[in-house]
Amino acid sequence: MISLKLVLLFSAGLFATGIYGVLARRHAVLVLMSIELMLNAVNLNLVAFAQTFKNVTGQVFALFVITVAAAEVGIGLAIIILIFRNRETINIDEVDEMRW
Amino acid sequence: MIRYAWVIALLPFVSFLLTMFFGKRLPGKGAWLGVLAVGAGLVMSLTVLGHFASGGSPYEASIHWFTIGPFDFEVGEYLDGLAAVMLVVVTLVSLCVQVYSMGYMHGDRRYVWFFAVLSLFTGAMLNLVIANNLFQLLVSWELVGICSYLLIGHWWEEKENSDAAIKAFITTKIGDVPFLIGIFGLTIAAGTANIQGISEQAASGAIPTVALTAGALLLFGGAIGKSAQFPLHVWLPDAMAGPTPVSALIHAATMVAAGVYLVGRMFLVFENAAPAALNFVATIACVTMIGAALLAMVQDDIKRVLAYSTISQLAYMLAGLSLGPAGYTPGLFHLFTHAFFKALLFLGAGSVIHAVKTNNMSQMGGLRKKMPVTFGTFIIGSAALMGIPPLAGFWSKDEIITAAWRSGHHVLWACAIITAFLTAFYMTRALLLTFYGEYRGEAHAHESPRVMTGPLIVLAGLSAVVGFLGAPQLGAVFGEWVHLPEGVESEPFNYGMALMSMLGVGLGIAVGYRLYAIWREREPLLALGPTYKILSSKYYIDDFYMKYLVKPIQRRLSAAVDVFNRRVLDGIVHSFAYGALGFAWLVEAFDRRAVDGAVNGLAQAAGTTGGMLKYLQSGNIQRYAVSLFVGVAILAVLILKVR
Repeated sequence: MISLKLVLLFSAGLFATGIYGVLARRHAVLVLMSIELMLNAVNLNLVAFAQTFKNVTGQVFALFVITVAAAEVGIGLAIIILIFRNRETINIDEVDEMRW
Repeated sequence: MIRYAWVIALLPFVSFLLTMFFGKRLPGKGAWLGVLAVGAGLVMSLTVLGHFASGGSPYEASIHWFTIGPFDFEVGEYLDGLAAVMLVVVTLVSLCVQVYSMGYMHGDRRYVWFFAVLSLFTGAMLNLVIANNLFQLLVSWELVGICSYLLIGHWWEEKENSDAAIKAFITTKIGDVPFLIGIFGLTIAAGTANIQGISEQAASGAIPTVALTAGALLLFGGAIGKSAQFPLHVWLPDAMAGPTPVSALIHAATMVAAGVYLVGRMFLVFENAAPAALNFVATIACVTMIGAALLAMVQDDIKRVLAYSTISQLAYMLAGLSLGPAGYTPGLFHLFTHAFFKALLFLGAGSVIHAVKTNNMSQMGGLRKKMPVTFGTFIIGSAALMGIPPLAGFWSKDEIITAAWRSGHHVLWACAIITAFLTAFYMTRALLLTFYGEYRGEAHAHESPRVMTGPLIVLAGLSAVVGFLGAPQLGAVFGEWVHLPEGVESEPFNYGMALMSMLGVGLGIAVGYRLYAIWREREPLLALGPTYKILSSKYYIDDFYMKYLVKPIQRRLSAAVDVFNRRVLDGIVHSFAYGALGFAWLVEAFDRRAVDGAVNGLAQAAGTTGGMLKYLQSGNIQRYAVSLFVGVAILAVLILKVR
């Protein structure tokens, strides 16, 4: 039985890696992947707590999150492809149309 | 019946309003409305007169009008024999004139308006007759004045006519100034405006003689203007510019009769004032009666002959009144009889003018055969005016002459006899020039329609018989109707006096016949030389007024008005304009500074803030994400800490 503390620690590390990826990487696909990391860190937490408290809700939620994440990735990748077609780049720094 | 006498005066006012507003849409253009109103008024007036004929006592009724300080003013009626007689005269003459006008004014461009004003004119005069206080009398007095102005200027498109109307109005107004002051003076002296109240106090000596004399003279000023006495007589001949029926109404019953009626109504004031008051009346009357009669001799315009004759006859009435108590009834009796034959003469002259389309007697002549009814009635009227027995004028004139002799006013008596002579002369002249000889005009002369000759016949009949009301041989009924409060003074008939006046009249007719029996191209009176020149220039009085009064006043007044206009009125207007300008400047400044400032300031503030905040919007999605995570972290810490 792996202790809850270990799982949470791992999940926090995963989340932190995700944050780093989202904030630091310039490549849009990598940013998207980092977001997946963060989501999975959350999933890990949900499952761990569900196991600890013997409550199935956490697991159900994790399933929902996986579904939503799949949809999100689909849309995200579609957007990225469109951006690439329009601008020949997927560097996030250069996609700044929304500034003043 | 006598209680409702005020209805007599009200009816014409109602008919005035109805005719004015609905006349155009009514059948016959509403002319019959006035006839109906006056006809009903006549019937009622006769019953009122019946009350006095059967020995009734005077009746007074009034309602409160308004109060100023210690003075209560009222609207009311006071009826005595004099008022009743005047009611009958006014309604009767007005009725005849209105019926006659239906023919005379046929097809006139302001037919409806004419009848409306005739009604108003009659109503105003009736109200004047029954007024029980001086202020009501004044209101009617001025209403009569304005109506005569409207009617004289009925054909105002011609400058001459509107000038005549203005002249009539202004000249009578000059007399109204002392009249107004007199009314105020007497009201203050007596403490009431009620005519009976003033008369009683005058008779009992409660008002000081000085005040009474001043009041009488001032009131007489109004009568001079209204009754066209010297020196304010100049308006009446010019008033001939109006339609002839109007002249008949003005001369017989309404306008000019008001002056004499006023003196009769306020007689106790005149009687109890210092002798100077009545002497003044007598002097004016003597000058006017001879002066006007002389002018009547040289006129070519038939209406002007009659106009001067009216002035002269009005002076006759005033002369009668100026004799004191002895002349009261004779003077007013002459007012009564004169109304009939003067209305008749004017309507007759109107009939002639209607036929020959000119006023000038030099273009008439020979109308005797062409217009038999007009001729017949005109000759009755002329004879009545001359004073040939037994027609109306004879009795009233004779009474005045007799009273003058009895009371020792010999100068006045002489003037009256001379005037009788002159009257006979100029009426003979007018008759001969108009109806005898050969016709000298161009227009096709013909007898007037029945609606015009009818009133002539009625008036001729009355002119012939009303004199008997005052005939001493028949009991002098008129004296029982109209007399002073102290009692009836019936004088026996004086055949000597009658003979004297008849001699004067006969002489006048003889001289007139001698000069005018045959038509001469050259006016026979030209033989008088310079005198004729003076007469035909109306004693230069009009020229004098024009040169020394009207023109200088006009000049100075226009200069003064100009200055006033430029300095005062323009000043006021300009200061208003500048005020508005200044205010507008203030408003503009407020608008710009305060209102625009607030709006612009807000906009600018928003702009500045936006300008500063825009830098946050970098477009760099990762920077947003940093803020997001930092924000979440801070929230998390806060939530945990607050817990």
